[in-house]
Amino acid sequence: MPSEKMLMNGSQTVGEAAVRAGCRYYFGYPITPQNELPEYLSARMPEVGGTFIQGESEVASINMVLGASVAGARTMTSSSSPGISLKQEGISYMAGMELPAVIVNMMRGGPGLGNIAPSAADYFQATRGGAHGDYRTPVLAPAGGQELVDLTFEAFDLADKYRNPVMLLGDGLMGQVMEPVVFPDFIDLKDLPEKDWALRGCKGREARAIFSMILGQQGELYRHNLDLQKKYDRITAEEQRWETKYAEDAELIVVAYGTAARIAESAIEDLKAEGINAGLFRPISLWPFPLPALRELSKEIPKVAVFELCLGQMVEDVILSVGERAEIYFHGVPGGLIPTPAEVAEFLRSTVKGDGKVGRRMEV
Amino acid sequence: MSTEIEYKKVFGRPESLKDNPTHYCPGCGHSIAHRLVAECLDEMGLREDTIGVPPVGCAVLAYNYFNFDMVEAPHGRALAVATGVKRVHPDKFVLTYQGDGDLAAIGAAETIHAANRGERISAIFINNAIYGMTGGQMAPTTLLGQNATTAPRGRDARLHGQPIDISSMLAICGGVVFVERCALTTIKQIRKAKKAIKKSFQCQLDDLGFSLVELLSPCPTNWKMPVKAAWDWVNEEMVKTYPLGLIKDTTGYEDKK
Amino acid sequence: MITRTIFAGFGGQGVLLMGYVLTHGAMHKGLDVTYFPSYGAEMRGGTANCTVTVSDKKIASPVASNPDILVAMNYPSLEKFESTVVEGGTVFLNSSLFEERPSRDNIDVVPVPIIDLAREAGSERGGNMVMIGTVCAKAGLLSLEETIKGMEAALKGKEKFFKANQKAIERGFAFAADGK
Repeated sequence: MPSEKMLMNGSQTVGEAAVRAGCRYYFGYPITPQNELPEYLSARMPEVGGTFIQGESEVASINMVLGASVAGARTMTSSSSPGISLKQEGISYMAGMELPAVIVNMMRGGPGLGNIAPSAADYFQATRGGAHGDYRTPVLAPAGGQELVDLTFEAFDLADKYRNPVMLLGDGLMGQVMEPVVFPDFIDLKDLPEKDWALRGCKGREARAIFSMILGQQGELYRHNLDLQKKYDRITAEEQRWETKYAEDAELIVVAYGTAARIAESAIEDLKAEGINAGLFRPISLWPFPLPALRELSKEIPKVAVFELCLGQMVEDVILSVGERAEIYFHGVPGGLIPTPAEVAEFLRSTVKGDGKVGRRMEV
Repeated sequence: MSTEIEYKKVFGRPESLKDNPTHYCPGCGHSIAHRLVAECLDEMGLREDTIGVPPVGCAVLAYNYFNFDMVEAPHGRALAVATGVKRVHPDKFVLTYQGDGDLAAIGAAETIHAANRGERISAIFINNAIYGMTGGQMAPTTLLGQNATTAPRGRDARLHGQPIDISSMLAICGGVVFVERCALTTIKQIRKAKKAIKKSFQCQLDDLGFSLVELLSPCPTNWKMPVKAAWDWVNEEMVKTYPLGLIKDTTGYEDKK
Repeated sequence: MITRTIFAGFGGQGVLLMGYVLTHGAMHKGLDVTYFPSYGAEMRGGTANCTVTVSDKKIASPVASNPDILVAMNYPSLEKFESTVVEGGTVFLNSSLFEERPSRDNIDVVPVPIIDLAREAGSERGGNMVMIGTVCAKAGLLSLEETIKGMEAALKGKEKFFKANQKAIERGFAFAADGK
């Protein structure tokens, strides 16, 4: 049975959703502002026969995830920006070994230790493959609340479907904000597709090894990379997600994701009273970026305003999508301050007027 | 009149080893260590229930030689990966096979904490006092005065620190039940090593805690010595820094005399 | 209908708990609600605040540009947030603690002598419950029953405090009704 409506913060919400999505193995290392997630799971996992380990580092934790994944389990780790940087090595190995897992990043401001205020400055790291090698990880960007539940379920399904790590990209604010949520029923672990590749001992079959080092002299690594790319192409074709709102009669399209999109949406609603009609295009999958959908929309509405909680990362994907078809304006707020809808409204007013007071026109 | 001769097989390849020639150099200790591990798994009936984690280092390709399930770990992370595997499959047998760089340098944190948690894992630790695969750089276990490509004037305590005795360090961790150091360079020591490996495996089967067997292993290539000299160097020099024998045993097992 | 409320004060004044009570009460009432606490370093510096947004429609931003209601449990909070309150908004003050008043004349000001009222309700420690009762009543956010439900949900597992808190909330509602 689905749960009753419950009040939980974003980090706890992801924790409960993960458990209900069949995750029984969590490994993580404390870092603010996402500690409510490991804290929640440290209490919750034993209740469902699961395992929670506080690793000695982010590095150890992601490698425990690697081990649990290769053993066939649904497994997860979480962290915030500096910790996610430390996990990148493991993520690259898992991409190379084609191992599913969910990695949650409740982003905070950087570079370095930065501070714990929300940020969205890890977009490049998340969407371009944050470590070495030619690989991709699907990135889902919820806007908080109920969508954290839904996308946590989706993240596990996508990871298993493509045998690939999947990142759930939130931010510190999303992790802290408490909202009513409803959880679907627990999935039955027996209903999950069999992982016939997993390692459980070689009884009744040949011994098997799973590895990412491919030394062969006959182009084996080259072919492995081409195979991975075929998978990434399939994900690109099949897994784009986005939401469009208020786009009818809009004179301007606002592109924002996650918390920034919610702040922008309030700004858009406030501006209606002034007769400014702006639409919202909210990418939900950041990789694959919903490029064709944005391209189509920009044909109808040739003015695009990009708002990010950083100084301009997703805007590069917007430029790839829209190109010279539309004017592209950008306003970003770097980590350290939380922008209000009023600030975004100023940017949108300025963009409509073309007075250049807030934000800047992007060269394409 | 024909004579019927009864043949009895007295020696063969363990089932836990694949029929593949190894890439190890002549005189290297890895092949011996592989064989000991394989014999123990066979004799204890564990092969089909085993998941092994090799290191990054000379034994990175161990899955080409070991005939059981294996998963590659990033450099140093074998015991973290093994922790994940073991927690999912507490009923399976999990071992790591790691070199000194992997276990005692880059993976020191993972090693200490997996051991201290008392993970039910058996670690085989190959100590050859050098980085083999990358070509002879200084290891955390390199002896004082020993030359390495990154210590061309020999290891200097002031400059590089003392060689690290990680096995003794692990022995003080609460989760560790058994640690023994053996060498792969005399018949007597090889037999001892096999016994120690078996005991380590038994610790896991009996759910006692973490165990580790350190094996002093010759590396003629990177020590730039003939095989015989390298083996003698283990027996005469390495053992001064890394004395052979039992380091910790809280198993309560009574060894058969 | 959308109402954005900032609760602010010293750590230990039950500031975040007031926010929880409103948040749980609003959910119980069937409204959408977001609760956004200040978090991190400043929490440890001794001040606390949270923003609670309540609406009969889906709420977009949990971050408020300008609150409709400010609940200032100490003077630094009044100083910090006074200028952000919307024109025509309301500021509730903990008049048991400080005598300063807002300098603006385009907002309503409701001084609440929470300690005196809480003492009358049975326990000086119920000041924050008196305040949330007054706020919910005066701003028409929640009924008395809904506020009590909110308190009970916010303090689930601490049933021994329910009775005293209920009295304090009732005292707040009574104060809102007649200013006494």
